Amino acid sequence: MSPGQLEMRSGESADLVLRRVTVLDPVAGIDAPHDVVIRKGSIAELAPPGSADVPDLEEIDAAGLHAFPAFFDPHVHLRTPGQEHKEDIETGSRSAAAGGYCGVLAMANTDPPVSTPADVEALREDARTAASVRVGFLATVTAGMRGEELTEMASLRDAGAVGFSDDGLPVRSALVLRRALQYQRLCGGTIALHEEDPELSGSGVMHEGAVSATLGLDGIPSVSESTMIARDAALAGYEGGNIHVQHLSAVESVEAVSRAKAAGVQISCEASPHHLCLTDEEVRSLDPHRFKMNPPLRSEADRQALIEGLRDGTIDCVATDHAPHAPEEKEVPFEQAAMGVTGLETAFAALHTELVLPGVLDLGLVVERMSAGAAPFEVERSSLAPGSEANIALCDLSAEWTVGENGYESRSSNSWCGGRKLTGQVVMTLAGGQVAFRLRSFSLGVAA
Amino acid sequence: MKHLLSIEQLSKAEIEAILDRAESFSEVGRRDIKKVPTLRGRTIVTLFYESSTRTSSSFELAAKRLSADLVSVKAAGSSVDKGESLKDTVATLSAYEPAAIVIRHPHAGAAQLVAQWVDAAVVNAGDGKHEHPSQALLDVYTLRRQLDSLEGKKIWIVGDVLHSRVARSNLIAFRAMGAELTVCGPPALIPRGLEELGCEVEYSLDRLGEADVVYALRLQRERMKESFIPSIREYAAHFQIDSRRLGRRQLLMHPGPVNRGVELSGEVIDSPQSLIAEQVASGLVVRMAILYELLAASDDESAPAAGDDTKRPTAIGQPA
Repeated sequence: MSPGQLEMRSGESADLVLRRVTVLDPVAGIDAPHDVVIRKGSIAELAPPGSADVPDLEEIDAAGLHAFPAFFDPHVHLRTPGQEHKEDIETGSRSAAAGGYCGVLAMANTDPPVSTPADVEALREDARTAASVRVGFLATVTAGMRGEELTEMASLRDAGAVGFSDDGLPVRSALVLRRALQYQRLCGGTIALHEEDPELSGSGVMHEGAVSATLGLDGIPSVSESTMIARDAALAGYEGGNIHVQHLSAVESVEAVSRAKAAGVQISCEASPHHLCLTDEEVRSLDPHRFKMNPPLRSEADRQALIEGLRDGTIDCVATDHAPHAPEEKEVPFEQAAMGVTGLETAFAALHTELVLPGVLDLGLVVERMSAGAAPFEVERSSLAPGSEANIALCDLSAEWTVGENGYESRSSNSWCGGRKLTGQVVMTLAGGQVAFRLRSFSLGVAA
Repeated sequence: MKHLLSIEQLSKAEIEAILDRAESFSEVGRRDIKKVPTLRGRTIVTLFYESSTRTSSSFELAAKRLSADLVSVKAAGSSVDKGESLKDTVATLSAYEPAAIVIRHPHAGAAQLVAQWVDAAVVNAGDGKHEHPSQALLDVYTLRRQLDSLEGKKIWIVGDVLHSRVARSNLIAFRAMGAELTVCGPPALIPRGLEELGCEVEYSLDRLGEADVVYALRLQRERMKESFIPSIREYAAHFQIDSRRLGRRQLLMHPGPVNRGVELSGEVIDSPQSLIAEQVASGLVVRMAILYELLAASDDESAPAAGDDTKRPTAIGQPA
């Protein structure tokens, strides 16, 4: 059984030195200024600041900047095949690189969905020439995402599928999910679950609560998510399977995951920056570009529970659920608009601005959770320890910028942060040992 | 006031100003020539994506009585049927340089979106289950004529609150005028969290006797198919306003159209306590007042003290 494989385009390996950069890698236990010497795409040495004697390397004056292990997003929508007017592998991975990511996992709810080995092979082929960061592909759990028959999970794994997900839709039938969990023993591959009871969600377009009552919009109750998490955690526990719960949004969901973890279920989960930073109060603006997504923005109590879950480790990682949409799908009344917002380019800056600077979460914790999304899918996580492949997010934590003022790397502009002023900016990203992104205005000071 | 998108945007004083204006227009309706030249030469577009009798006809007649040129567009039979987006339809109609666009749409926030796209004043004539501000204004107007003031009056809103934009706008408007609100209906038809709009929630009519005004809402017969209620009969048994439940001193209102024998019994509709016909009559003058406030009242403020006749407001009641 071959493990799932991530792909990116081949290119020139980075040979450079990040001079006097503050290195912060909580997992490797590094938090100090260093000269980071990168040769042939690997971290050759962490030298005392100013001491590395490497005249043959490109010098980057990084004094005052931070180097983090580059981020990993286990939940993005690259929209290919079929919806390239929203995004594709090239634009989506460029967007990831601009956000400090070295790897992403693309969801399978494309048009048609990624359900056959040939689909996965074609996408990997495409990523080998188009992707600026490592891209892995999930395949659907059920054929065509119809929720009825399983896909050929073992063949899909052989073709390189990293895991399985019907994201966008729940696996409605408990029996079908049970069969998938049984089959997982044969082929491996984490099953990522979009947890939602379609009947309870009904025609809902936002969180059910005082704001939906005021706006006259159909609500999606929190229990639509948490009841399905409880069901699927019970199934995973019974079958000894391995599941990853996507985009937690509600306090009841955090509790359900916490109970499952305590009971020994192999379950991991993620939360998105927009759910960690915003509440349903934003929907009063009726702006679908920034505030319509599924699961919906919920109450302040829910947001606080997500923050607490991220802090105590109930929530394993941050995932953006980057969901690009074309303008005409959003320039309509709220109820008719497509669900989803983009988030790759702003994830770190938003969490830094909204949670780190006000003192809610430690910088180190946010950095750790931003790259922790690799682990549930058995992908090696980025590290700044010497000898590691160069996967680095170089950030200026004091830079202030307005989201969208210089456009987006993504093909779509439905960013939940559009127009926001953020503090903290990714100025350079190294992914897979290559320079994947440089901020255009980031001058490369040559140290004397 | 540039647009009328929600009742929430209006203060008590602004609501009263519109209603005072409506009082002055009620005199026009008693004349032989029921018309004033206020909006002569200006264009008003009504754009209705949902069926409507009262709202569309009263806005249209209001525009005509103010001497505006009127373009009425109904979605059925228009280019909307051919898949034209709201944005493109509005752009097309904007080519006529309308002074105002009156829009009804099945989805919340449609009027607000249109307001972002056009220079015209936009009037929300109902957006999804969100708001229906002109209905709320005409209901306050109707009640004010009966009760002088709504301050401290107890108003019960009874029925399918969940699907009612009228309930939402009226809750806000009645509350702004000082009334005490109770909503009552089957639990599945009362939205969760509604209390935060500042009202009491009751699931039975037992205390209906406390109400000064009973405002019944339309119950769509399809609701039982979605299991909001078990049956129309069960609904009527518990929530129908009939002569047994309606006290002699209580006033009865309904936004129409009524499902006779469902939310209201026939005899209360035709009783002297019923203000349903007055509500319709109020609709015309209140909608004249809304159009006046949006299109002519701002000229009052910007107009020079004397001289420039083109900018001077036309005195109310001056026949054309």
